[in-house]
Amino acid sequence: MRNGHQARQPRDTQFERPALEAALAHTWRTPPGLWGALTTVDHKIIGRRYIFTAFVFLALGGVLAALMRLQLAQPEARVIGPDRYNQIFTMHGANMMFLFAVPVMEAVAVYLVPLMVGTRNIAFPRLNAFSYWIYLAGGLLLWIAFAIDMGPDVGWFAYVPLSGPQYAAGKRADIWAQMITFTEVSALAVAVELVVTIFKQRAPGMSLDRMPLFVWSMLVTSFLIIMAMPAIMVASTSLILDRLVGTHFFNPAEGGDVLLWQHLFWFFGHPEVYIIFLPAVGMVSTMLPTFARRPVFGYLGLVMALIATGILAFGLWVHHMFVTGLPRLGESFFTASSMAIAIPAGIQIFCWLATLWDGRPVYRTPLLFVIGFIFTFTLGGMTGVMVASVPFDTQVHDTYFVVAHFHYVLIGGAVFPLLGAIYYWFPKITGRMMSETAGKWAFWLIFIGFNLTFFPMHILGLQGMPRRVYTYQPDLPWHGLNLFVSLSAVILVAGFVVFFIDAIRAPRRGMPAGDNPWNAATLEWATSSPPPPYNFARIPVVGGSNPLWEQPDTLAVASGLRTDRREVVVTTLTTARPEARESSPRNSIWPLLAAIATTIMLIWSIFSPWAVVWGSIPVAIALIGWFWPKGTPEDEA
Amino acid sequence: MTRVMKPAALLPLALMLAGCDGWQSAWDVHGESAISLKQLIILIVAVCSVVWALVMIALIVALLRRRVRAEPPVAVDAGTERRMTITVVMAVAATVVIITVFTVSSFFTTRALSVAGGDDLTIKVRGLQWWWGVEYFGASPEQRFETANEIHIPVGRNVRLQLEGLDVIHSFWVPSLAGKQDLIPGRPNELTLRAERAGVYRGQCAEFCGLQHAHMSFFVIAEDQAAFDQWVNAQRQGAAAPPDEETAAGRQAFLSKPCAACHTIRGTAADGKTGPDLTHVGGRTMIASGLLPTTRGSLAAWIADPQTLKPGNNMPMVPMTPEELRAISAYLASLK
Repeated sequence: MRNGHQARQPRDTQFERPALEAALAHTWRTPPGLWGALTTVDHKIIGRRYIFTAFVFLALGGVLAALMRLQLAQPEARVIGPDRYNQIFTMHGANMMFLFAVPVMEAVAVYLVPLMVGTRNIAFPRLNAFSYWIYLAGGLLLWIAFAIDMGPDVGWFAYVPLSGPQYAAGKRADIWAQMITFTEVSALAVAVELVVTIFKQRAPGMSLDRMPLFVWSMLVTSFLIIMAMPAIMVASTSLILDRLVGTHFFNPAEGGDVLLWQHLFWFFGHPEVYIIFLPAVGMVSTMLPTFARRPVFGYLGLVMALIATGILAFGLWVHHMFVTGLPRLGESFFTASSMAIAIPAGIQIFCWLATLWDGRPVYRTPLLFVIGFIFTFTLGGMTGVMVASVPFDTQVHDTYFVVAHFHYVLIGGAVFPLLGAIYYWFPKITGRMMSETAGKWAFWLIFIGFNLTFFPMHILGLQGMPRRVYTYQPDLPWHGLNLFVSLSAVILVAGFVVFFIDAIRAPRRGMPAGDNPWNAATLEWATSSPPPPYNFARIPVVGGSNPLWEQPDTLAVASGLRTDRREVVVTTLTTARPEARESSPRNSIWPLLAAIATTIMLIWSIFSPWAVVWGSIPVAIALIGWFWPKGTPEDEA
Repeated sequence: MTRVMKPAALLPLALMLAGCDGWQSAWDVHGESAISLKQLIILIVAVCSVVWALVMIALIVALLRRRVRAEPPVAVDAGTERRMTITVVMAVAATVVIITVFTVSSFFTTRALSVAGGDDLTIKVRGLQWWWGVEYFGASPEQRFETANEIHIPVGRNVRLQLEGLDVIHSFWVPSLAGKQDLIPGRPNELTLRAERAGVYRGQCAEFCGLQHAHMSFFVIAEDQAAFDQWVNAQRQGAAAPPDEETAAGRQAFLSKPCAACHTIRGTAADGKTGPDLTHVGGRTMIASGLLPTTRGSLAAWIADPQTLKPGNNMPMVPMTPEELRAISAYLASLK
C-alpha cells in the first residue's frame, strides 16, 4: 500500500537546490493578503506579531508609568484623582506582567526556538495561532475597559476582600480576573508547544547538552508556566465565582479565607518572576559568546542554574507574605529558600564574567545591553537578598524600596536583555540591521535614565513612603526625591523613544544584514535573513553546541523529507537521533474562529454564568471544524 | 570605573543623609524594634554593597583586560578553563557563606523582636476604610474607651497591639518604632512596640486598601507614664458639657442630624459605630486620618465637603445651614 504511494511522494533528495526551495516554498507558503494573514500557522509570522503586539503594550504601559510620575512629582497634586490613579497603577502592573513581559519572552521563543533547534515549524502550529488571537483578545479587553473607565482598580495582585463582591462593585475586578484567563490560556498553549518542539523536533545530533542556552531557558520556563499558571487560574476563577454566583471562597464571615488568595496568587506570582527572568538570562547566555568571541564558560553550570532556579521558584512564595502574621519558623524557612536563589544567580553571573574575562569583547549594542544587565541585575539581586530577610522586609515591604527592587530585576534583569536581544535578532527577523548609533544612544539614555529614576526609590522606601499611594503630604520629606525621580524618568522615556523610532525605521531603511551578521554560532544563523517559510531547505545535522563555529563552511544535513506536504523530523528526547517524519498542519481559519468563540464566551461570562453553557456551543463547533479531516496530504497517517 | 561604581559608594552615604528626616522613617528610629531592625539593615546593606562593588570591579577588569582582538572565535584553553572553574566555585562558596550569615542573623533578629510579657499594656487597633479605630481597656469594663487615628503609649514600656482588619486588608506601620504588620479580616494579628524616647511618630497604612489608601495615616504619641496616665483618665470621661450657647446649639444640631448615626460622643445620645469616636476629637492633633490639623476651621471645611478633601471616603455630605455648620464645628472643637 505505502509502496504504491512512494512514486507519488516527492522527496527532497530528488531535487537540486533551486527546485527544492521552490517546492518547499510552495508547500509551506502563507498566501498573500488578508486571508493569508488570518489563516497562517507559520511560527515566524505569528512570533513577529506576538513581539510587535507585546511592544505596543510595553509602550502603553510606559505611558501609564509616565502619568503616575506626573502625579507624584508634587505632594498633594491633583493631576489625576484617586480613582483614575488606582486604575492606572493596576493597569500598569497587570499590563506589564501579563500583556508584556510573559508574552514577549514567549513571543521571542515562538520565533527563535524552531530556528535554533533546526526545525520547520513549532509543534502544534494551529494552537500557536489560536494562542496569539486569545492573547490579543485579552489585551484588547483590558485596554478597552480602561478606555471606558472600567479598568481594574484593585492592584495587579487583586487582594481580596478589596477585589471581592463587597468592596469592588461593578465589573472592574471581573475584567482583571478574566484578562488573566485569556493570557494564561495563551501562555499555557505556547508553553506546551515549546516543550514539545524542544523535546521532539531538535535537529539530528542536537543532544540535550548541545542545545543553545536560550532553548534550555525556554524549556525550564515552559515547565514553570505549566506548573504555576494553574494556581492563578484557580484563584481568578474562584474570585469570579465569589463575585458572580456568590460562592464564599474568600469570605471569612462564611468560612472562607482571605489569606488563601495570597497563597494561590503568589504560588503563581513568584514563579512568574522567573518565567520572565529565565528567558532573559537565556538570551544573555546565548548572545554573550557571540560578542565575547568565545564559547560560553560553564555550560553545564548555567543549565543547572536554570533548573535550580526553576525548582526553587516554587519554594519561596511566602516571602511576599512576611507581614501577614504567619508562624515565625515557617517564615525563616522561606527566608532561607529566598536567599538560596542567590546561588544559581551567582553561578550565572560568575560564568558570564568568566566568559568575558577570557573572551575578546566586541562592543556592539547587544553587548552594551548585556553589560547594563549585569550591572543593574546584580544590584537588584542584592536588594532581593535584603527583602528575603523577614525582619528587613517588615520595614521595606510595600514601600518604594520594593518598587525599586523589582524594577531593578524586571527592567534591569529582563528588559535590558530583551532590548539587547531585539538588536541582536532584528537582522534575522527583518533581514536588516538596526542602527548602531541609535542603539548606543538608546542604551545610554535608558541605562542612565533607569538608574536615576529607580535608585532614589530605595531611599524613599526607607524614608517611609508606601507603595500605591496616589499622593503624599507636603510635610513628609519625600517631595525632593519624587521630583528628581519624575524628571529622571524623562531621560528613560527618551531612550525608549530612540529605540522605538529605530525599530520602526530599520525594517525598510536598515543596512542589509546577510545570513550571519554577528558571526554567531547557533543554527538560526544558518538560514537566510529573514528565513524562508520552511526555515531550512535541508534539516541541519549538529555535532556540537556551537555548530556554526565548529563547521563554519558546510553544515551537514539530513534529507529524505517529502516536499509535497509539510514535514518535520522527529528525534529522540535526549540524544536527538532521527525517529520519524511527522506532518505539520496546514494553514487554517479555525484557530481564529475558535479564538473568537472563546472570547465571546469568556467576556459574556463576566456578566452571566449562563454564558459558560451557551457560549461553549460555538466553541465546540469551532473545535470540531478545527480537527475535522480535510483530505490533505498532511492527514495521511 | 568610578562612574560605574557611584551608586554603590553612594548607598550608605545617601542612607545617612536620609537620617535627618523626621517622623516616619525606618532610618530615624526611636523604638526598640526599629533600632535593632536598623542594625540588621546596616549589616546587610553594607555587606551587599561590598559584594556588588566586587562584582562590578570584576566586570570592569574583565572588559578592560588588554588582549588581541579576534574575529574568529577563540579556542578554549584547558588551563584557563580550570583556573576559571576554581575561581567560580570559590565565588559561589563565598555566596553560600554570606547568605547563611544573613539567614541566621535574620532569624535571631526576629526572635529578639517578639517580646511580649503578661503585664504589657494592651491596645486594640482596628483598620477601616480609611481610618484607624483605637480601643483601650481598663480593670473594669467601664474603663474601656475608644478613640481614633491617635495612639498614646507610655515610653519605655512594651505595648501589645491587637490588630484587627474589619473591612479589607490594611497594614499597621510606624517605621520609627517597629516593622509593619497586616490587619487581616478574619485573622487577628499582634505587634509589640516599645518607644525608647518621648515623641510623636507618624504611621501610615502600608497595604493598598482602596481609594484613600494614601490618606490613612495616624500618630503614635509616646509620653512618660505620668502624662500617659493623665491622658487615659481624661479619655475615660464622657464629653464635656458645652461651655457656651453656640456649642450647645452645635451639640443639638449634631444629635438631630445624621451625624449621630455614625459617630459616638460618650455622654450624649450619639452612639453610631460606623465612623470614628468623637468624644475627645478636639483634643486630637489631626482630623480625617492625618489629613488636616484639628481647628474649628478645618472641622467646618471637612464637614461641609468631605468628598472634595478626601474623595471616595465614607463620610457623606450632610445638608445644613451655615449657622449649623459653625455651631457643630465649634462644638466638636470644644471636645478636648
